Amino acid sequence: MEILMSILIGFLFMAAVYLILSRSLLRIIIGTGLLSHGTHLLLLTMGGLGGKAAPVLTEGVTVKDYVDPLPQALILTAIVISFGVTAFSLVLAYRTYKELGTDNMDLMKGTEDND
Amino acid sequence: MSLVFAIFLPIIAALLIPLLFKRVSSIHTGWFVLIIPLLLVIFYGTYISTVMDGSTYVDELPWIPSLGISFISYIDGLSLLFSLLITGIGTLVVLYSIFYLDKNKEKLGNFYVYLLMFMSAMLGVVQSDHLISLYFFWELTSISSFLLIGYWYTKDRSRFGALKSMMITVFGGLMMLGGFLILGIIGDTFSIRELIGEATAIAGHDLFVWALVLVLIGAFTKSAQFPFYIWLPDAMEAPTPVSAYLHSATMVKAGLYLVARFTPIFALSEVWVWLVTGIGILTLFWGSFFAVKQTDLKAILAFSTVSQLGLIMSLLGIGSIAYHVTGDLVTTFTFATFAAIFHLMNHATFKGSLFMIAGIIDHETGTRDIRKLGGLMSLMPVSFTIALIGSLSMAGVPPFNGFLSKEMFLDAVLNLQHFDLYAMDSWWILFPIVAWIASVFTFVYSLYFVFYTFRGKYKPEQLPKAAHEAPIGMLVSPGILATLVVIIFFIPNFFGNAFIKPAVAAIQPLAYKVPSDVGFSIKAWHGFDSPALYMTLGVFLVGYLLYMTIPKWRAMYNALPSKVSLNGMYDGIMRLGDSGAHRFSSIYMTGSIRNYFVYMFAAIIVLLGGTMWIKDAFAIRLDALAPIRFFEILISILLIIGTITILFTKSRLTAVIALGAVGYTVALFYIIFKAPDLALTQLVIETVSVALFLGAFYHLPKLNKHEKGKEDRGFRLGNFLIALGVGVMVTLIAISSHSQKLIPSISQYYKDTVYSEAGGGNIVNVILVDYRGFDTLFEISVLTIASLGIIGMITLRLAKKRGARKIENK
Repeated sequence: MEILMSILIGFLFMAAVYLILSRSLLRIIIGTGLLSHGTHLLLLTMGGLGGKAAPVLTEGVTVKDYVDPLPQALILTAIVISFGVTAFSLVLAYRTYKELGTDNMDLMKGTEDND
Repeated sequence: MSLVFAIFLPIIAALLIPLLFKRVSSIHTGWFVLIIPLLLVIFYGTYISTVMDGSTYVDELPWIPSLGISFISYIDGLSLLFSLLITGIGTLVVLYSIFYLDKNKEKLGNFYVYLLMFMSAMLGVVQSDHLISLYFFWELTSISSFLLIGYWYTKDRSRFGALKSMMITVFGGLMMLGGFLILGIIGDTFSIRELIGEATAIAGHDLFVWALVLVLIGAFTKSAQFPFYIWLPDAMEAPTPVSAYLHSATMVKAGLYLVARFTPIFALSEVWVWLVTGIGILTLFWGSFFAVKQTDLKAILAFSTVSQLGLIMSLLGIGSIAYHVTGDLVTTFTFATFAAIFHLMNHATFKGSLFMIAGIIDHETGTRDIRKLGGLMSLMPVSFTIALIGSLSMAGVPPFNGFLSKEMFLDAVLNLQHFDLYAMDSWWILFPIVAWIASVFTFVYSLYFVFYTFRGKYKPEQLPKAAHEAPIGMLVSPGILATLVVIIFFIPNFFGNAFIKPAVAAIQPLAYKVPSDVGFSIKAWHGFDSPALYMTLGVFLVGYLLYMTIPKWRAMYNALPSKVSLNGMYDGIMRLGDSGAHRFSSIYMTGSIRNYFVYMFAAIIVLLGGTMWIKDAFAIRLDALAPIRFFEILISILLIIGTITILFTKSRLTAVIALGAVGYTVALFYIIFKAPDLALTQLVIETVSVALFLGAFYHLPKLNKHEKGKEDRGFRLGNFLIALGVGVMVTLIAISSHSQKLIPSISQYYKDTVYSEAGGGNIVNVILVDYRGFDTLFEISVLTIASLGIIGMITLRLAKKRGARKIENK
């Protein structure tokens, strides 16, 4: 399963990078969204996928059957932070479009004089 | 007064100068300044008699004791001679400048501060025994020279000359620092005296020749040797007292000092002998040859200085042969060192006076262009006399001191025939020939300088001012120097014993223990069997013929296009550096974020892939894997379909919804991999994100508006390849790192203690708020900052007008 997940994660990264390299601001932000999904899944996969029980103390479950809780805590933090950043960049993109009238990255270049 | 304090005295005094200049405006500031070098020349004068007997003096002021760096002032024959030159000529130059610079029109405060700063720096260079403090003072001379050349900073030529000299001398200074560091490392000491003590051990080291070449580059740039001399003629934009002081008598001799000082260390290498002698002779010839081409008085003198410095340099090179020979030959070659130091002293006297005369002519006629001058002999008789003495001494005519040192130079070059190492027996003859031709040109430009200025027809209509004799105060300094020129000719051995022999003993410590061992005496008459005599007569004869026919052959200088000159090359290099760097950065700094992403992703692929390849890091283990179940394949397929939809859709709405689908699929993954909290958070956040996406992009045009026809096939293929590379790298690294886990997880601790220590059942939540609560605290901060930022972006519209104008420009 871990190998399958690794390939899936690689595919997510590939799609994310492809989107980030495009010219539309929206596609770039979608790309970063995919990139964070890939990263979160990578964290989870690297923790090992073989656990039998969710990391919540339950009667009748032996300690070593719980899934590794640490990657989950890390992912939870990462999800929230990436949400904050995504929300910020979305509003930034929205404002950019309102001010500049374009979401094409190629047109968002300063000229020699004013940068 | 301690020796180190004496070095810093001028720069300390310089602190008072602006005050004196501002407050005491009735008296020329120069008079106050004059006290300093006068005091110092008397102070150093008291050392003459003891240094003559072979005494040396050391004084130390710790600077950075933990690194072993101190200011060490070391006085021996060589440093005493230079110190006396610096302070002595410094006194005369200050005196001259009092009459040269107008106290009402010039910023004298600046001038004297720079000049005193330079004096300190120069004393520091010649007395430092510590390599690092030597370098410190060395760069201080570069900086103060830069400031002095650019003294009239409103003139373009001044700034150009200052920059050029700065670039070249600082380049050399940095090279020299490299050489010093190598020397310090291989000798394990930064003290020059200690390095000399272990010279033979150092000479065997692999890096020795590097240190040698680097130090020599420093010396050659400072002393304006070929091909670095080009800054010196441009430095003539400085006020004439500066040219006289820095660019003839003192700073340009710092390189010679360096060569002389390091001779006991580096002369053990034949590379040193050849470089110093060869570059010196080449510079001698080159400078004298091009001096005749110049039409500006100071430019003639600048090229003449270059040439004479080459002469001294080559003599120092020949002198260092003494380290390679034994027996009587040692004396034969140390004679060259003696001649070098003697000529160094002579050159300081006559060149200083000539520069001052050039300044006087400039001052009294308003021009330095030799084509406009002429017939000043009867108008300025005193200046003419001084100029004649200086020029004839420079040309090597008796009864002036230049004659003595020129004879000694020819003798020394002829002595090369006794040096039978390195096949010198057949090639040595080249050196006297080149030296002789150079002497002829020296003779020509010396006559050219003095007679084209003072003889011929007076052309008052071409001169900005009516020519008349300079005030007496201005003539005092060149007068004293010209008197010295004559005095040295008549009592050379007095100066020889007092100054030259101690210096020679310092440069040739192996041959001479004390100055009195140096057995040379200077004779004006060598007898008829001396070949140097006939060479000198030949110089006079051919030189006079060439001088008489100058107008006929001077046109040949114009045959060489200026582009292939060294100045043209310097300009080319500077232009290339400037425009090349600009062009280079405009190639890769495109301003397009996509290009930067390409660099970064390509770097990821190359660095990570390369490391994996080189270290053979890939590994795969098929045991200890979790089993693959049906849902997992199903969810994976869902995820892939969602992602592909995003990639290929042309509609904004579809892309956003597909992203939402991907997010929910990820949440499904969290569920089947037993992460309930993650699944919950992911579902909520994905919902909010999709809503935000739709909200933010409701107003935007259709997704494909900019894409159609612009993202061509090549563009997409390139992006695809980079994306594929990154994806493959991530997969490989993930598989590889999962297959080689070296240590077990620390999570066992959390599982064991979550209830007993923290009193909770949800291990993830307990980690978030208890074990690793700090992460959560700052994650909350991130959300707070993001929301504040969003509020700020939406409500603050200060820059609206500017932004709108920007778009209109496009």
